[in-house]
Amino acid sequence: MTTASLSLYEKRKGVYPKAVDGFYRRLKWAVMAVTLAIYWITPWLRWDRGPYAPDQAVLIDLAHRRFYMFAIEIWPHEFYYVAGLLVMAGVGLFLVTSAVGRAWCGYACPQTVWTDLYQHVERWMDGDRNAQIRLDRAPWTAGKIARRVAKWSVWLVIAFGTGGAWIFYFADAPTLQHQFWTGTAASVAYATVAVLTATTFILGGFMREQVCIYMCPWPRIQTAMLDEKSLVVTYKHWRGERRGSLKKAQAQPDAFGDCIDCDQCVAVCPTGIDIRQGPQIGCITCALCIDACDKVMGQVGRPRGLIDYCTEDDANAEKAGRAPRPVLRSLLHVRTLVYLTLWSAVGAAMLFALGTRTRMDISAQQDRNPVAMRLSDGTIRNAFTVKLRNMESRPRPMRVTVEGLAGVSLWTDRDGRADARAAIDTVVPPDSVAKLRLFLAAPAHGPLRQDFAFTVRATDREGGADREPAHFERLQ
Amino acid sequence: MADPTKSKIDEPTGTPTMGHEWDGIEELDTPLPRWWLWTFYACILFSLGYVIAYPAWPLIEGYTKGALGWSSRGDLAKEMATQAAKVAPIHRAIAATPIDQLPARPALMQAAVDGGRAAFKVHCVQCHGSGAAGSKGYPNLNDDDWLWGGDLATIEKTIVDGIRNPDHAATRLSIMPAFGRDQLLQAAQVDDVVAHVRTISGQQRGDAASQRGAQLFADNCAVCHGPAGKGNRQLGAPNLTDGIWLYGGDGDSLHQTVWNSRQGVMPRWGDRLDAATVRMLAAYVHSLGGGEAAPVMAVDNVAGEASDARP
Repeated sequence: MTTASLSLYEKRKGVYPKAVDGFYRRLKWAVMAVTLAIYWITPWLRWDRGPYAPDQAVLIDLAHRRFYMFAIEIWPHEFYYVAGLLVMAGVGLFLVTSAVGRAWCGYACPQTVWTDLYQHVERWMDGDRNAQIRLDRAPWTAGKIARRVAKWSVWLVIAFGTGGAWIFYFADAPTLQHQFWTGTAASVAYATVAVLTATTFILGGFMREQVCIYMCPWPRIQTAMLDEKSLVVTYKHWRGERRGSLKKAQAQPDAFGDCIDCDQCVAVCPTGIDIRQGPQIGCITCALCIDACDKVMGQVGRPRGLIDYCTEDDANAEKAGRAPRPVLRSLLHVRTLVYLTLWSAVGAAMLFALGTRTRMDISAQQDRNPVAMRLSDGTIRNAFTVKLRNMESRPRPMRVTVEGLAGVSLWTDRDGRADARAAIDTVVPPDSVAKLRLFLAAPAHGPLRQDFAFTVRATDREGGADREPAHFERLQ
Repeated sequence: MADPTKSKIDEPTGTPTMGHEWDGIEELDTPLPRWWLWTFYACILFSLGYVIAYPAWPLIEGYTKGALGWSSRGDLAKEMATQAAKVAPIHRAIAATPIDQLPARPALMQAAVDGGRAAFKVHCVQCHGSGAAGSKGYPNLNDDDWLWGGDLATIEKTIVDGIRNPDHAATRLSIMPAFGRDQLLQAAQVDDVVAHVRTISGQQRGDAASQRGAQLFADNCAVCHGPAGKGNRQLGAPNLTDGIWLYGGDGDSLHQTVWNSRQGVMPRWGDRLDAATVRMLAAYVHSLGGGEAAPVMAVDNVAGEASDARP
């Protein structure tokens, strides 16, 4: 066997991004600080919900099928709010892409944030780009092994902190932390932490830009959504070419553009691309090359912005010597506004639904076997399983009545027909569903199938009501 | 077949060919990938171990049992035993609690109703139906009409001792005579009695026949069914004035009932099921909507004295 002439697998080329400082680098620092803080602090925020509900501000309580987010509590049947959030997240990504291109990829994506964090650790421990390259090529001496072990240990600690924080969103954080360290937490907690620690370690430490280039579908979607009005990181080739070293350019100023071919844009790129080859899928628009190039342009006394955020329209205008549109105009084009409207509409609809939703309801299921049967006094009995849902975190007294069924009497399986009455009073425990078995007896004369409705009314001061249509069936 | 003399190396891939050719298309003699081959050998090894460890080969009678002695029936038996062990404490508690004290322990009562629902599906649905709604000749257990009584203790006794078990002294027993077949009444008289019964149950207006029937009823039927036809639970005699008919309340059905008598039977479950299961069945039947409260003590005593006084 010989090797095939065509290789389907490209070996990873090492990426050793150089440290850089500048406006966008500081922006990235700020975004990293905010996103990591949100991730690590959120589960520890408290929110008082009274004695019957957990006091964790954000809690996905899978065991009890509740989702708490500050003042909002969502039940499984209200899952459309979560669907709405997902729709908003999706449209929000469209909106961001339409307005500022792949800003999500460059600044806020967890893969970017954690890779960035890992690269800082790497530079802090192994030195900057050149030292890293040297160390990578060096033979495996005891010193190199020690440095690798040290670096991986720090990575592992970060990975553990990342994976460990995740589980606190799903249970009471202080309790779970205590359980976790004392070995009494559920095995799924340990498994989750182990898996997420491993994925953070591998994705942030080793796979890095390969996740963006080969694994993530989002760059494909985004590149499809970009148009001539999208902000992309652009190398202004009409200004930079023909590139040549500073020395050559000084010798022949007319033959060369502004690019002095110093390769700093390539050196700082966290995905290892050369932006001067034009927009490409590997570019996450983190703008670090803008920072690097601006610095060099400053040093050689040329105007900044040889590499800059720029739309294709603006690039064409600039090439033709026209003035680019103002930034605000390019941000607020039609597509952006449509996405913004859509996004706001979904958000407003959800807020409206949240504001007007009722926190109690009734549902009734008729016994199907037997549906209707005769009692000894000749009346007809139907039986129903009625569920009263109390979504408030306090017990609520409720009264169930029957509407539109003349001569009906009702009783539950807890008492007998001797206690038959016109309304059933019960107290529904907080944050739960109470199940009542109701027996309804009505005169035998009447339609074979008669529509009526169960109504429930909260008899406390706050009140509230709901209604459930049902039908009463009689015998032939 | 590959002819070694004709075998040659395919240039683009560097792989030998099989040496034959169809319309200029040659077949590469690509060796099996190593990983595939080793997986294949591993599968063979695994299957050898599997055949030894687990049931595998059919024989003339039976099959090879395997070294581990595993069987799906054995798994089932284990699962059943596990489940039985799980519910054993509840069953013991139910068996140890007299049935009239069950309602005072709501959790145990609920467990009994749930267990009874399951047991009912196994033992009772054949006659009473899956919804306990019964059918002609098999009582509907959801309603509030009881032949022998509808409180927990009475239901339990009915289940334990059964109805009309000839080999069991304590069984529920009532023998209605076959008035027509045994020539206690003439056909016309039976019609008159039926007319009376249909009158007192509000199904028809009184007429000459029903008036004749009233006297016949007083002479022949009232001893069990009571002078007003309200029945007698001590004797399992049904109430003839209510809306519920076990065998039908129309003229033909009633005629047949009076002519031939009806003698439905129920097995005595006391010697087929354990005490806890019977108690759970009673709790379930009681919970279906027609269950009655236990008779008040004083009434019980009066009834007791009455039955004591009778002989």
